[in-house]
Amino acid sequence: MPVIEVQGLSKVFGKNNKQALKLLDQGKPKDEILKETGNTVGVNRASFEVEAGEIFVIMGLSGSGKSTLVRLINRLIEPTEGSVYIDGEDLAKMDKKNLRRVRREKLSMVFQKFALFPHRTILENAEYGLEIQGVDKEERSKRAKESLEMVGLGGYINQLPAQLSGGMQQRVGLARALANDPEVLLMDEAFSALDPLIRKEMQDELLDLQETMKKTILFITHDLDEALRIGDRIALMKDGSIVQIGTPEEILVNPANDYVEKFVEDVDRSKVLTAQHIMKRPETINIEKHGPRVALERMREEGLSSIYVTDRKRNIKGYVTADDASDARKREITDLTEILRTDVPQVGPETSMHDIFEIIHDSPVPVAVVEEGKLMGIIVRGAVISALAGETEVISEDA
Amino acid sequence: MLNFMENVTQIPIADWVSTFTDILTDTFAFLFDPIKNDFGAFMEWLAELLASIPPVIVILLVVILAFFASGKRFGLAAFSLIGLLLIWNQGLWEELMFTFTLVLVASLLSIIIGVPFGILMSKSKTAEAIITPILDFMQTMPAFVYLIPAVAFFSIGMVPGIFASLIFATPPTVRFTNLGIRQVSSELVEASEAFGSTGSQKLFKVELPMAKKTIMAGINQTVMLALSMVVIASMIGAPGLGREVLSSLQRAQVGTGFVAGLGIVILAIIIDRFTQSLNSQKGDA
Repeated sequence: MPVIEVQGLSKVFGKNNKQALKLLDQGKPKDEILKETGNTVGVNRASFEVEAGEIFVIMGLSGSGKSTLVRLINRLIEPTEGSVYIDGEDLAKMDKKNLRRVRREKLSMVFQKFALFPHRTILENAEYGLEIQGVDKEERSKRAKESLEMVGLGGYINQLPAQLSGGMQQRVGLARALANDPEVLLMDEAFSALDPLIRKEMQDELLDLQETMKKTILFITHDLDEALRIGDRIALMKDGSIVQIGTPEEILVNPANDYVEKFVEDVDRSKVLTAQHIMKRPETINIEKHGPRVALERMREEGLSSIYVTDRKRNIKGYVTADDASDARKREITDLTEILRTDVPQVGPETSMHDIFEIIHDSPVPVAVVEEGKLMGIIVRGAVISALAGETEVISEDA
Repeated sequence: MLNFMENVTQIPIADWVSTFTDILTDTFAFLFDPIKNDFGAFMEWLAELLASIPPVIVILLVVILAFFASGKRFGLAAFSLIGLLLIWNQGLWEELMFTFTLVLVASLLSIIIGVPFGILMSKSKTAEAIITPILDFMQTMPAFVYLIPAVAFFSIGMVPGIFASLIFATPPTVRFTNLGIRQVSSELVEASEAFGSTGSQKLFKVELPMAKKTIMAGINQTVMLALSMVVIASMIGAPGLGREVLSSLQRAQVGTGFVAGLGIVILAIIIDRFTQSLNSQKGDA
């Protein structure tokens, strides 16, 4: 069973939102509803599920409704319509007392601008969630310290938040959220206010922590690189609606529509795309059947300066170049093995493009993509460049 | 045609208010009388208690407090020492104690009443919409006007002085409390709610501590207004430095009037700097 299950969740800001809801159900867009009713649509019938231990990223530009959506999930903002099930309990229909219980026991939130209480020490901040539950002083101090320890702030417990750097403050925010030992962590642009180096460090740390914690994390961000880096799955939002949900790869490789495509245009693909996305079907010759003459013929047909050589089972043997083949033909050599070169530049199908750069840079021939000794495909320089430029058509799906 | 007002009957607002005040006086006599008697007696007792302490001890205490309250600096302590010695030297010590008692009690009551109203205003838009014009009214109506019903309710002396001062001096505390709480960053309020705080946990653990500086600024204003009102209240028999000023005015004695006025200024400066330094210290902690 999913830990978080959101069904048809909508938020319409403004009075008399019945009319706006009706228009929403008719599929009218946000700006039209604003014009007709004066109501602003924050979130438009969002539905998704988050499994236990998953990092689910909601990403979108500012104004896309992602911050509203996360606040609907712990009901800091009252939903207009729809349900939010946490462990099967519908938060949207809960009374205040039960809502408090769920917030205390199951949901914790980390905020963009940290939202630390400036008048409380680091320890007192981390204790806050336990304090309001009435956990006695000794116990809550122990648990808060453990949680501060976990984020690497064990030595700062008596400082005030203002004395800490941004990165450290957000660690406190994280420690405060973890001190309750919640099932679900809601992280609202948690790293967006940090400078890029610290942000990356925090992302790594979150991933490290997640290895041991296995929390269910709902992470909000406007930064696609961040989403791709930490998300197990990503939901892309636009104008209050979720446009696509998928793994980072699915979103990059199969954008659901123009909007997503435009969005992923600028992404640093070298970190996300791997060899299998950009390789193409190789031209090969069979070492058991063919000689230099066939090799030369095939290369001429395809306009290549080299060709890969395999056996019948597609096990890679090496490659021959056009020069060697033509030389061999002149000298009337018929055995391919004499001119076979075996210094094959090769990568695995999961090798990232980032690592392919170096190999392809020095290589006189296309890079071979090899899995368990078998030639899966080849990568030519042009494909790398095209993929970086975001031309998805060169990314072969059948390979 | 231009003076059509001649044909319109005058609306008897003055009569209505008088009648209303009379009704209040009669109806709530059971409430006003004990306040007048018991509370009046308490104030007398407090003022005389303060006046009975040898001035040297009071001055010493104030100087020491001033030294620590201002963060171990000598400025306020030195000023308090010289100022209070001067007042003592001018033979106004007992008057000073009476004035101080009035200010102290009026301010405390203003705070006790004002802060809860400020909280109420910050929590409810309706309450804010209702209370704001009332506060405007209370502050813009000439302070002398409050003396009239004060006398009707509590006759003359210290108690009506306190009453008039309450009406005049409470608004800043209410306003600043409201403002302070509304200024608490919404992310902090959200954080407090997201962890499952109850309304009162949110108020006492987050909002009030965060709003403290602003509320203290309001309290400082309230104390200053209470002081100015206490002087005006001498017209209805409130004792203290104000009475000296009033009697000098009636007898055209410029010198005595100036000296009493100077005493008020000294007291005002000491109280003002005291409340301000308390504020900045707590804010930095």
